[in-house]
Amino acid sequence: MSMTFLADLVVILAKILIVFLVLSVLVIFIVWFERKVVAHMQSRLGPNRWGPFGLLTSVADGMKLMFKEPITPITADHVTFALAPGISMLAAFLAFASIPFGTSVLIFGHRATFEIADLNVGLLWVLAMGSLAVYGVVLAGWSSGSKYPLLGGIRSSAQMISYEIALSLSLIPVVMSAGSLSLRTIVHAQSGVIGSIGWLGPVGGVGKFIPHWYIFYHLPAFLIFLLAGVAETNRPPFDLAEADTELVGGYHTEYSGIKFAMFFLAEYLHVVTISALAVLLFLGGWNGVTPNLPVLGWIWPLLWFVAKVFFFVFLFVWLRATLPRLRYDKLMAVGWRVLIPAALTWLVVSGLAMAGSV
Amino acid sequence: MIQIAVFAVIAAVAVIAGVFLVLTRNAVHSALFLVGVQLCLAVLFLLQGAFLVSVLQIMVYAGAIMVLFVFVVMLLGVDKKEALIEPLRWQRPIAAGLGLLLAAEAIYLALSQHIHVGSGGLQAGPHEGNVQAVARVLFTNWALPFEATSVLLVVAVVGVMVVARRKMV
Repeated sequence: MSMTFLADLVVILAKILIVFLVLSVLVIFIVWFERKVVAHMQSRLGPNRWGPFGLLTSVADGMKLMFKEPITPITADHVTFALAPGISMLAAFLAFASIPFGTSVLIFGHRATFEIADLNVGLLWVLAMGSLAVYGVVLAGWSSGSKYPLLGGIRSSAQMISYEIALSLSLIPVVMSAGSLSLRTIVHAQSGVIGSIGWLGPVGGVGKFIPHWYIFYHLPAFLIFLLAGVAETNRPPFDLAEADTELVGGYHTEYSGIKFAMFFLAEYLHVVTISALAVLLFLGGWNGVTPNLPVLGWIWPLLWFVAKVFFFVFLFVWLRATLPRLRYDKLMAVGWRVLIPAALTWLVVSGLAMAGSV
Repeated sequence: MIQIAVFAVIAAVAVIAGVFLVLTRNAVHSALFLVGVQLCLAVLFLLQGAFLVSVLQIMVYAGAIMVLFVFVVMLLGVDKKEALIEPLRWQRPIAAGLGLLLAAEAIYLALSQHIHVGSGGLQAGPHEGNVQAVARVLFTNWALPFEATSVLLVVAVVGVMVVARRKMV
Protein backbone atom coordinates (compact mmCIF):
# COMPACT_ATOMS: atom_id res chain seq x y z
CA MET A 1 0.00 0.00 0.00
CA SER A 2 1.48 3.26 -1.12
CA MET A 3 1.69 6.50 0.80
CA THR A 4 -0.84 8.26 -1.44
CA PHE A 5 -3.35 5.52 -0.71
CA LEU A 6 -2.85 5.98 3.04
CA ALA A 7 -3.11 9.77 2.68
CA ASP A 8 -6.37 9.38 0.72
CA LEU A 9 -7.71 7.04 3.38
CA VAL A 10 -6.87 9.49 6.18
CA VAL A 11 -8.50 12.37 4.28
CA ILE A 12 -11.68 10.37 3.63
CA LEU A 13 -11.93 9.22 7.25
CA ALA A 14 -11.34 12.78 8.48
CA LYS A 15 -14.05 14.07 6.16
CA ILE A 16 -16.52 11.44 7.34
CA LEU A 17 -15.78 12.29 10.97
CA ILE A 18 -16.13 16.04 10.39
CA VAL A 19 -19.40 15.68 8.47
CA PHE A 20 -20.79 13.37 11.15
CA LEU A 21 -19.87 15.73 14.01
CA VAL A 22 -21.04 18.88 12.22
CA LEU A 23 -24.37 17.29 11.34
CA SER A 24 -24.94 16.04 14.88
CA VAL A 25 -24.26 19.48 16.35
CA LEU A 26 -26.35 21.06 13.59
CA VAL A 27 -29.36 18.91 14.48
CA ILE A 28 -29.08 19.91 18.14
CA PHE A 29 -28.97 23.54 17.03
CA ILE A 30 -31.90 23.18 14.61
CA VAL A 31 -34.11 21.61 17.28
CA TRP A 32 -33.41 24.64 19.49
CA PHE A 33 -33.91 26.97 16.52
CA GLU A 34 -37.27 25.42 15.69
CA ARG A 35 -38.55 25.62 19.26
CA LYS A 36 -37.40 29.22 19.55
CA VAL A 37 -38.90 30.35 16.21
CA VAL A 38 -42.22 28.57 16.77
CA ALA A 39 -42.36 30.07 20.27
CA HIS A 40 -41.84 33.61 18.98
CA MET A 41 -44.44 33.06 16.24
CA GLN A 42 -46.90 32.12 19.01
CA SER A 43 -45.93 35.05 21.27
CA ARG A 44 -44.05 32.86 23.71
CA LEU A 45 -40.45 32.96 24.87
CA GLY A 46 -39.52 29.38 24.12
CA PRO A 47 -36.64 27.57 25.83
CA ASN A 48 -34.66 30.10 27.90
CA ARG A 49 -33.51 28.34 31.10
CA TRP A 50 -30.48 26.31 30.16
CA GLY A 51 -27.51 28.14 28.65
CA PRO A 52 -27.55 31.51 26.83
CA PHE A 53 -30.94 31.96 25.05
CA GLY A 54 -31.73 28.39 26.12
CA LEU A 55 -29.17 27.07 23.64
CA LEU A 56 -28.30 24.07 25.79
CA THR A 57 -31.92 22.90 26.14
CA SER A 58 -31.57 20.42 23.26
CA VAL A 59 -28.34 19.09 24.77
CA ALA A 60 -30.16 18.50 28.05
CA ASP A 61 -33.02 16.80 26.20
CA GLY A 62 -30.55 14.56 24.41
CA MET A 63 -28.88 13.60 27.71
CA LYS A 64 -32.26 12.83 29.23
CA LEU A 65 -33.18 10.55 26.31
CA MET A 66 -29.84 8.79 26.51
CA PHE A 67 -30.27 7.87 30.18
CA LYS A 68 -33.94 7.03 29.94
CA GLU A 69 -34.94 3.38 30.21
CA PRO A 70 -35.58 1.91 26.78
CA ILE A 71 -38.86 0.00 26.82
CA THR A 72 -39.69 -2.73 24.31
CA PRO A 73 -43.35 -3.76 24.18
CA ILE A 74 -43.96 -7.45 24.93
CA THR A 75 -45.78 -7.90 21.60
CA ALA A 76 -42.91 -6.34 19.63
CA ASP A 77 -40.71 -8.13 17.10
CA HIS A 78 -37.55 -7.55 19.13
CA VAL A 79 -34.79 -7.63 16.51
CA THR A 80 -36.66 -5.52 13.97
CA PHE A 81 -37.79 -3.17 16.73
CA ALA A 82 -34.15 -2.51 17.63
CA LEU A 83 -33.04 -2.34 13.99
CA ALA A 84 -35.58 0.23 12.73
CA PRO A 85 -34.17 3.39 14.39
CA GLY A 86 -30.68 2.39 13.23
CA ILE A 87 -31.86 2.06 9.62
CA SER A 88 -33.55 5.46 9.85
CA MET A 89 -30.45 7.17 11.16
CA LEU A 90 -28.04 5.37 8.84
CA ALA A 91 -30.02 6.30 5.72
CA ALA A 92 -30.27 9.90 6.87
CA PHE A 93 -26.51 10.20 7.48
CA LEU A 94 -25.51 8.29 4.32
CA ALA A 95 -27.39 10.76 2.13
CA PHE A 96 -24.70 13.33 2.97
CA ALA A 97 -21.97 11.18 1.45
CA SER A 98 -22.43 12.85 -1.93
CA ILE A 99 -23.65 16.32 -0.95
CA PRO A 100 -21.01 19.01 -1.65
CA PHE A 101 -20.88 21.97 0.74
CA GLY A 102 -18.48 24.34 -0.99
CA THR A 103 -15.51 24.63 -3.34
CA SER A 104 -12.23 23.17 -2.11
CA VAL A 105 -9.42 23.95 0.31
CA LEU A 106 -5.69 23.27 0.25
CA ILE A 107 -4.53 21.45 3.41
CA PHE A 108 -0.85 20.41 3.66
CA GLY A 109 -0.54 20.46 -0.12
CA HIS A 110 -3.56 18.19 -0.48
CA ARG A 111 -6.57 19.64 -2.26
CA ALA A 112 -9.62 18.62 -0.25
CA THR A 113 -13.08 19.15 -1.69
CA PHE A 114 -16.07 19.85 0.55
CA GLU A 115 -17.78 16.54 0.14
CA ILE A 116 -17.07 12.94 1.01
CA ALA A 117 -17.37 11.54 -2.52
CA ASP A 118 -18.13 13.31 -5.81
CA LEU A 119 -20.13 10.52 -7.47
CA ASN A 120 -21.18 11.06 -11.06
CA VAL A 121 -24.60 9.84 -9.88
CA GLY A 122 -24.60 11.94 -6.67
CA LEU A 123 -28.20 13.05 -7.02
CA LEU A 124 -29.41 9.48 -7.50
CA TRP A 125 -27.49 8.44 -4.39
CA VAL A 126 -29.34 11.00 -2.26
CA LEU A 127 -32.68 9.83 -3.69
CA ALA A 128 -31.75 6.17 -3.11
CA MET A 129 -30.99 6.90 0.54
CA GLY A 130 -34.36 8.64 0.73
CA SER A 131 -36.05 5.45 -0.42
CA LEU A 132 -34.13 3.44 2.18
CA ALA A 133 -35.36 5.83 4.87
CA VAL A 134 -38.91 4.59 4.28
CA TYR A 135 -37.80 1.24 5.72
CA GLY A 136 -37.01 2.70 9.12
CA VAL A 137 -40.48 4.15 9.42
CA VAL A 138 -42.38 1.11 8.11
CA LEU A 139 -40.38 -1.41 10.13
CA ALA A 140 -40.81 0.67 13.28
CA GLY A 141 -44.55 0.74 12.72
CA TRP A 142 -44.82 -2.95 11.92
CA SER A 143 -42.48 -4.27 14.62
CA SER A 144 -44.03 -2.34 17.51
CA GLY A 145 -46.87 -4.87 17.65
CA SER A 146 -49.48 -2.27 18.40
CA LYS A 147 -52.11 -0.70 16.22
CA TYR A 148 -51.33 3.03 16.21
CA PRO A 149 -47.69 2.60 15.15
CA LEU A 150 -48.83 0.17 12.42
CA LEU A 151 -51.32 2.70 11.07
CA GLY A 152 -48.66 5.42 11.19
CA GLY A 153 -46.14 3.22 9.41
CA ILE A 154 -48.57 2.25 6.63
CA ARG A 155 -49.67 5.85 6.15
CA SER A 156 -46.17 7.14 5.88
CA SER A 157 -44.94 4.38 3.56
CA ALA A 158 -47.78 5.20 1.15
CA GLN A 159 -47.10 8.91 1.56
CA MET A 160 -43.33 8.71 1.11
CA ILE A 161 -43.52 6.37 -1.91
CA SER A 162 -46.14 8.59 -3.56
CA TYR A 163 -44.27 11.82 -3.01
CA GLU A 164 -40.94 10.31 -3.99
CA ILE A 165 -42.30 10.06 -7.54
CA ALA A 166 -43.23 13.74 -7.71
CA LEU A 167 -39.93 14.67 -6.04
CA SER A 168 -37.82 12.73 -8.53
CA LEU A 169 -39.85 13.90 -11.54
CA SER A 170 -39.45 17.54 -10.49
CA LEU A 171 -35.67 17.15 -10.47
CA ILE A 172 -35.37 15.76 -14.02
CA PRO A 173 -35.72 19.19 -15.78
CA VAL A 174 -32.82 20.48 -13.67
CA VAL A 175 -30.72 17.44 -14.57
CA MET A 176 -31.56 17.99 -18.24
CA SER A 177 -30.48 21.64 -18.02
CA ALA A 178 -27.21 20.81 -16.31
CA GLY A 179 -26.62 17.64 -18.33
CA SER A 180 -25.30 15.78 -15.30
CA LEU A 181 -26.34 13.88 -12.17
CA SER A 182 -23.27 15.03 -10.26
CA LEU A 183 -24.29 17.65 -7.70
CA ARG A 184 -21.01 19.51 -8.08
CA THR A 185 -21.45 19.78 -11.86
CA ILE A 186 -25.04 20.98 -11.41
CA VAL A 187 -23.80 23.75 -9.10
CA HIS A 188 -21.06 24.74 -11.56
CA ALA A 189 -23.67 24.97 -14.31
CA GLN A 190 -25.44 27.64 -12.22
CA SER A 191 -22.51 30.05 -11.83
CA GLY A 192 -22.56 33.48 -13.46
CA VAL A 193 -25.57 35.61 -14.43
CA ILE A 194 -28.46 35.16 -16.85
CA GLY A 195 -27.25 37.96 -19.13
CA SER A 196 -29.38 40.23 -21.30
CA ILE A 197 -32.93 38.94 -21.70
CA GLY A 198 -33.92 39.43 -25.35
CA TRP A 199 -37.70 39.37 -25.10
CA LEU A 200 -37.77 42.03 -22.37
CA GLY A 201 -36.47 44.63 -24.82
CA PRO A 202 -34.94 47.78 -23.29
CA VAL A 203 -35.16 46.53 -19.70
CA GLY A 204 -33.57 43.21 -20.69
CA GLY A 205 -30.26 44.41 -19.25
CA VAL A 206 -31.64 43.63 -15.77
CA GLY A 207 -30.67 40.04 -16.51
CA LYS A 208 -27.04 40.99 -15.98
CA PHE A 209 -27.79 41.27 -12.25
CA ILE A 210 -29.81 38.07 -11.91
CA PRO A 211 -27.73 35.02 -11.03
CA HIS A 212 -27.94 32.02 -13.38
CA TRP A 213 -29.86 29.87 -10.93
CA TYR A 214 -32.28 27.19 -12.07
CA ILE A 215 -35.08 28.56 -9.87
CA PHE A 216 -35.49 31.30 -12.50
CA TYR A 217 -35.81 28.72 -15.27
CA HIS A 218 -37.65 25.93 -13.46
CA LEU A 219 -39.87 27.75 -10.95
CA PRO A 220 -42.77 25.22 -11.27
CA ALA A 221 -40.35 22.35 -10.74
CA PHE A 222 -38.95 24.16 -7.68
CA LEU A 223 -42.40 24.58 -6.14
CA ILE A 224 -43.25 20.90 -6.77
CA PHE A 225 -39.91 19.88 -5.26
CA LEU A 226 -40.52 22.00 -2.18
CA LEU A 227 -44.02 20.58 -1.57
CA ALA A 228 -42.92 17.00 -2.19
CA GLY A 229 -39.82 17.60 -0.07
CA VAL A 230 -41.86 18.69 2.95
CA ALA A 231 -44.06 15.61 2.48
CA GLU A 232 -41.01 13.39 2.10
CA THR A 233 -39.64 14.49 5.48
CA ASN A 234 -43.01 13.75 7.16
CA ARG A 235 -43.04 17.29 8.51
CA PRO A 236 -46.11 19.48 9.13
CA PRO A 237 -48.43 20.10 7.30
CA PHE A 238 -47.79 16.60 5.90
CA ASP A 239 -47.01 14.85 9.21
CA LEU A 240 -49.82 12.34 8.80
CA ALA A 241 -47.49 9.56 9.94
CA GLU A 242 -47.37 10.96 13.44
CA ALA A 243 -50.66 12.83 13.63
CA ASP A 244 -50.86 13.01 17.40
CA THR A 245 -54.59 13.76 17.47
CA GLU A 246 -55.38 10.56 15.56
CA LEU A 247 -52.47 8.16 16.05
CA VAL A 248 -50.98 9.09 19.46
CA GLY A 249 -47.44 9.48 18.06
CA GLY A 250 -47.54 7.45 14.86
CA TYR A 251 -44.81 4.99 13.99
CA HIS A 252 -42.63 5.87 17.01
CA THR A 253 -45.37 5.68 19.64
CA GLU A 254 -43.77 2.69 21.38
CA TYR A 255 -40.22 4.02 21.22
CA SER A 256 -38.48 5.68 24.14
CA GLY A 257 -35.00 6.71 25.19
CA ILE A 258 -32.13 6.59 22.76
CA LYS A 259 -34.14 4.78 20.06
CA PHE A 260 -36.65 7.61 19.97
CA ALA A 261 -33.77 10.08 19.84
CA MET A 262 -32.46 8.32 16.73
CA PHE A 263 -35.80 8.80 14.90
CA PHE A 264 -35.79 12.41 16.01
CA LEU A 265 -32.26 12.88 14.70
CA ALA A 266 -33.17 11.26 11.36
CA GLU A 267 -36.17 13.54 10.87
CA TYR A 268 -34.09 16.68 11.34
CA LEU A 269 -31.33 15.31 9.13
CA HIS A 270 -33.92 14.85 6.38
CA VAL A 271 -34.87 18.50 6.77
CA VAL A 272 -31.23 19.44 6.23
CA THR A 273 -30.94 17.06 3.24
CA ILE A 274 -34.00 18.47 1.48
CA SER A 275 -32.84 22.04 2.22
CA ALA A 276 -29.37 21.27 0.87
CA LEU A 277 -30.85 19.66 -2.27
CA ALA A 278 -33.08 22.70 -2.86
CA VAL A 279 -30.04 24.98 -2.54
CA LEU A 280 -27.78 22.83 -4.75
CA LEU A 281 -30.31 22.21 -7.51
CA PHE A 282 -32.30 25.44 -7.68
CA LEU A 283 -30.49 28.21 -5.81
CA GLY A 284 -26.99 27.92 -7.23
CA GLY A 285 -25.39 26.04 -4.33
CA TRP A 286 -22.48 28.04 -2.99
CA ASN A 287 -22.60 30.64 -5.78
CA GLY A 288 -23.27 34.05 -4.20
CA VAL A 289 -25.27 36.92 -5.70
CA THR A 290 -22.42 39.42 -5.37
CA PRO A 291 -18.95 39.06 -6.90
CA ASN A 292 -16.87 36.64 -4.88
CA LEU A 293 -14.62 38.13 -2.20
CA PRO A 294 -11.26 36.53 -2.99
CA VAL A 295 -9.90 37.61 0.42
CA LEU A 296 -12.12 35.10 2.16
CA GLY A 297 -11.20 32.28 -0.22
CA TRP A 298 -13.14 29.09 0.40
CA ILE A 299 -15.03 30.51 3.42
CA TRP A 300 -17.16 32.83 1.26
CA PRO A 301 -18.87 30.09 -0.82
CA LEU A 302 -19.31 27.98 2.32
CA LEU A 303 -21.03 30.91 4.07
CA TRP A 304 -23.39 31.37 1.13
CA PHE A 305 -24.26 27.70 1.17
CA VAL A 306 -24.95 27.61 4.91
CA ALA A 307 -27.01 30.81 4.74
CA LYS A 308 -29.20 29.43 1.95
CA VAL A 309 -29.67 26.11 3.73
CA PHE A 310 -30.75 27.94 6.86
CA PHE A 311 -33.26 29.92 4.86
CA PHE A 312 -34.94 26.64 3.92
CA VAL A 313 -34.71 25.28 7.45
CA PHE A 314 -36.51 28.44 8.59
CA LEU A 315 -39.12 27.84 5.87
CA PHE A 316 -39.74 24.33 7.22
CA VAL A 317 -40.23 25.73 10.73
CA TRP A 318 -42.45 28.50 9.40
CA LEU A 319 -44.71 25.98 7.63
CA ARG A 320 -45.00 23.97 10.82
CA ALA A 321 -45.97 27.00 12.87
CA THR A 322 -48.61 28.31 10.47
CA LEU A 323 -50.33 25.47 8.59
CA PRO A 324 -52.86 22.89 9.85
CA ARG A 325 -52.38 19.23 9.01
CA LEU A 326 -53.94 17.89 5.79
CA ARG A 327 -56.55 15.16 5.80
CA TYR A 328 -55.08 11.85 4.62
CA ASP A 329 -57.16 11.36 1.45
CA LYS A 330 -56.55 14.99 0.45
CA LEU A 331 -52.82 14.45 0.88
CA MET A 332 -52.86 11.47 -1.48
CA ALA A 333 -55.07 13.35 -3.94
CA VAL A 334 -52.63 16.28 -3.99
CA GLY A 335 -49.69 13.96 -4.56
CA TRP A 336 -51.14 11.80 -7.31
CA ARG A 337 -53.59 14.11 -9.09
CA VAL A 338 -51.80 17.45 -8.83
CA LEU A 339 -48.07 17.15 -8.19
CA ILE A 340 -47.23 14.18 -10.45
CA PRO A 341 -49.17 15.45 -13.52
CA ALA A 342 -47.75 18.95 -12.93
CA ALA A 343 -44.20 17.60 -12.70
CA LEU A 344 -44.70 15.52 -15.87
CA THR A 345 -46.12 18.54 -17.70
CA TRP A 346 -43.17 20.70 -16.73
CA LEU A 347 -40.82 17.92 -17.79
CA VAL A 348 -42.41 17.85 -21.27
CA VAL A 349 -42.49 21.67 -21.52
CA SER A 350 -38.85 22.10 -20.59
CA GLY A 351 -37.89 19.19 -22.85
CA LEU A 352 -39.65 20.85 -25.78
CA ALA A 353 -38.03 24.21 -24.93
CA MET A 354 -34.60 22.58 -24.86
CA ALA A 355 -35.23 20.73 -28.13
CA GLY A 356 -36.37 24.03 -29.67
CA SER A 357 -33.28 25.93 -28.59
CA VAL A 358 -30.81 23.35 -29.91
CA MET B 1 -6.08 -6.60 -2.10
CA ILE B 2 -8.72 -4.42 -0.47
CA GLN B 3 -11.09 -5.29 -3.29
CA ILE B 4 -10.74 -9.00 -2.63
CA ALA B 5 -11.26 -8.49 1.11
CA VAL B 6 -14.41 -6.41 0.58
CA PHE B 7 -15.67 -8.92 -1.98
CA ALA B 8 -15.12 -11.84 0.40
CA VAL B 9 -17.00 -10.19 3.27
CA ILE B 10 -19.88 -8.85 1.17
CA ALA B 11 -20.27 -12.09 -0.79
CA ALA B 12 -20.39 -14.08 2.45
CA VAL B 13 -23.01 -11.74 3.90
CA ALA B 14 -25.05 -11.99 0.69
CA VAL B 15 -25.01 -15.79 0.75
CA ILE B 16 -25.91 -15.97 4.44
CA ALA B 17 -28.74 -13.47 3.95
CA GLY B 18 -29.93 -15.52 0.97
CA VAL B 19 -30.01 -18.69 3.06
CA PHE B 20 -32.00 -17.00 5.82
CA LEU B 21 -34.30 -15.50 3.20
CA VAL B 22 -35.45 -19.04 2.42
CA LEU B 23 -35.25 -20.47 5.95
CA THR B 24 -37.09 -17.84 7.96
CA ARG B 25 -40.81 -18.36 8.48
CA ASN B 26 -41.78 -14.73 8.98
CA ALA B 27 -42.74 -13.03 5.68
CA VAL B 28 -41.48 -9.61 6.74
CA HIS B 29 -38.14 -11.01 7.93
CA SER B 30 -37.86 -12.83 4.63
CA ALA B 31 -38.40 -9.60 2.72
CA LEU B 32 -35.81 -7.89 4.92
CA PHE B 33 -33.20 -10.53 4.09
CA LEU B 34 -34.05 -9.98 0.43
CA VAL B 35 -33.26 -6.29 0.89
CA GLY B 36 -30.00 -7.32 2.53
CA VAL B 37 -29.05 -9.46 -0.48
CA GLN B 38 -29.87 -6.61 -2.87
CA LEU B 39 -27.78 -4.14 -0.86
CA CYS B 40 -24.83 -6.56 -0.93
CA LEU B 41 -25.18 -6.78 -4.72
CA ALA B 42 -25.14 -2.98 -4.85
CA VAL B 43 -21.85 -2.95 -2.97
CA LEU B 44 -20.41 -5.53 -5.40
CA PHE B 45 -21.38 -3.31 -8.34
CA LEU B 46 -19.75 -0.38 -6.55
CA LEU B 47 -16.59 -2.46 -6.25
CA GLN B 48 -16.54 -2.76 -10.04
CA GLY B 49 -16.83 1.01 -10.42
CA ALA B 50 -20.36 0.74 -11.79
CA PHE B 51 -21.84 3.60 -9.75
CA LEU B 52 -24.98 3.97 -11.82
CA VAL B 53 -25.92 0.28 -11.69
CA SER B 54 -25.15 0.22 -7.97
CA VAL B 55 -27.39 3.17 -7.12
CA LEU B 56 -30.16 1.91 -9.41
CA GLN B 57 -29.91 -1.44 -7.64
CA ILE B 58 -30.63 0.27 -4.31
CA MET B 59 -33.38 2.51 -5.69
CA VAL B 60 -35.24 -0.08 -7.74
CA TYR B 61 -35.03 -3.03 -5.38
CA ALA B 62 -35.46 -1.09 -2.17
CA GLY B 63 -38.44 0.63 -3.76
CA ALA B 64 -39.85 -2.55 -5.26
CA ILE B 65 -39.65 -4.57 -2.06
CA MET B 66 -41.21 -1.66 -0.20
CA VAL B 67 -44.15 -1.81 -2.60
CA LEU B 68 -44.29 -5.56 -1.89
CA PHE B 69 -44.66 -4.77 1.82
CA VAL B 70 -47.43 -2.35 1.14
CA PHE B 71 -49.20 -4.81 -1.13
CA VAL B 72 -49.02 -7.59 1.43
CA VAL B 73 -50.42 -5.39 4.15
CA MET B 74 -52.99 -3.92 1.81
CA LEU B 75 -54.20 -7.28 0.53
CA LEU B 76 -54.41 -8.74 4.03
CA GLY B 77 -56.19 -5.73 5.38
CA VAL B 78 -58.72 -5.06 2.63
CA ASP B 79 -62.24 -5.45 3.91
CA LYS B 80 -64.24 -2.54 2.62
CA LYS B 81 -65.95 -2.36 -0.72
CA GLU B 82 -64.37 -0.05 -3.24
CA ALA B 83 -66.70 2.47 -4.86
CA LEU B 84 -67.41 1.58 -8.48
CA ILE B 85 -67.60 5.22 -9.57
CA GLU B 86 -64.71 6.16 -11.80
CA PRO B 87 -62.86 9.01 -10.08
CA LEU B 88 -61.00 10.30 -13.15
CA ARG B 89 -63.56 10.42 -15.94
CA TRP B 90 -61.40 12.44 -18.32
CA GLN B 91 -58.60 9.91 -18.31
CA ARG B 92 -60.10 7.49 -20.87
CA PRO B 93 -59.99 9.77 -23.95
CA ILE B 94 -56.54 11.04 -22.95
CA ALA B 95 -55.32 7.47 -22.44
CA ALA B 96 -56.65 6.50 -25.89
CA GLY B 97 -54.87 9.46 -27.52
CA LEU B 98 -51.57 8.82 -25.74
CA GLY B 99 -51.85 5.09 -26.50
CA LEU B 100 -52.18 5.85 -30.22
CA LEU B 101 -49.15 8.14 -29.96
CA LEU B 102 -47.17 5.35 -28.28
CA ALA B 103 -48.22 2.85 -30.94
CA ALA B 104 -47.18 5.27 -33.68
CA GLU B 105 -43.81 5.74 -31.97
CA ALA B 106 -43.31 1.99 -31.70
CA ILE B 107 -44.18 1.45 -35.38
CA TYR B 108 -41.83 4.27 -36.38
CA LEU B 109 -39.02 2.78 -34.32
CA ALA B 110 -39.67 -0.70 -35.68
CA LEU B 111 -39.58 0.56 -39.28
CA SER B 112 -36.63 2.91 -38.90
CA GLN B 113 -33.03 1.79 -39.10
CA HIS B 114 -32.35 2.48 -35.46
CA ILE B 115 -33.36 -0.94 -34.27
CA HIS B 116 -30.53 -3.08 -33.17
CA VAL B 117 -31.02 -6.82 -32.86
CA GLY B 118 -28.59 -9.32 -31.41
CA SER B 119 -26.28 -8.93 -28.50
CA GLY B 120 -22.76 -7.63 -28.85
CA GLY B 121 -19.98 -7.99 -26.33
CA LEU B 122 -19.00 -5.07 -24.14
CA GLN B 123 -16.91 -2.52 -25.93
CA ALA B 124 -14.35 -0.25 -24.31
CA GLY B 125 -15.64 1.63 -21.27
CA PRO B 126 -17.47 4.88 -21.94
CA HIS B 127 -15.21 7.87 -21.46
CA GLU B 128 -18.01 10.35 -20.69
CA GLY B 129 -19.46 8.34 -17.81
CA ASN B 130 -22.00 5.60 -17.15
CA VAL B 131 -25.08 7.80 -17.16
CA GLN B 132 -24.51 9.33 -20.59
CA ALA B 133 -23.46 6.01 -22.12
CA VAL B 134 -26.49 4.12 -20.79
CA ALA B 135 -28.84 6.91 -21.85
CA ARG B 136 -27.37 7.01 -25.36
CA VAL B 137 -27.88 3.32 -26.15
CA LEU B 138 -31.18 3.12 -24.23
CA PHE B 139 -32.84 5.91 -26.20
CA THR B 140 -31.34 5.14 -29.62
CA ASN B 141 -30.60 1.49 -30.36
CA TRP B 142 -32.78 0.02 -27.65
CA ALA B 143 -35.66 2.51 -27.71
CA LEU B 144 -38.24 -0.04 -28.86
CA PRO B 145 -37.39 -2.72 -26.25
CA PHE B 146 -37.32 0.07 -23.65
CA GLU B 147 -40.83 1.23 -24.58
CA ALA B 148 -42.06 -2.37 -24.75
CA THR B 149 -40.71 -3.10 -21.27
CA SER B 150 -42.43 -0.06 -19.81
CA VAL B 151 -45.73 -1.11 -21.39
CA LEU B 152 -45.21 -4.60 -19.96
CA LEU B 153 -44.73 -3.16 -16.48
CA VAL B 154 -47.91 -1.12 -16.72
CA VAL B 155 -49.79 -4.21 -17.89
CA ALA B 156 -48.42 -6.13 -14.90
CA VAL B 157 -49.53 -3.42 -12.46
CA VAL B 158 -53.02 -3.29 -13.95
CA GLY B 159 -53.16 -7.09 -13.86
CA VAL B 160 -52.31 -7.16 -10.16
CA MET B 161 -55.03 -4.63 -9.43
CA VAL B 162 -57.61 -6.67 -11.37
CA VAL B 163 -56.65 -9.96 -9.72
CA ALA B 164 -56.50 -8.47 -6.22
CA ARG B 165 -59.81 -6.67 -6.44
CA ARG B 166 -61.89 -9.21 -8.35
CA LYS B 167 -63.28 -10.63 -5.11
CA MET B 168 -64.88 -7.35 -4.16
CA VAL B 169 -66.39 -6.33 -7.50
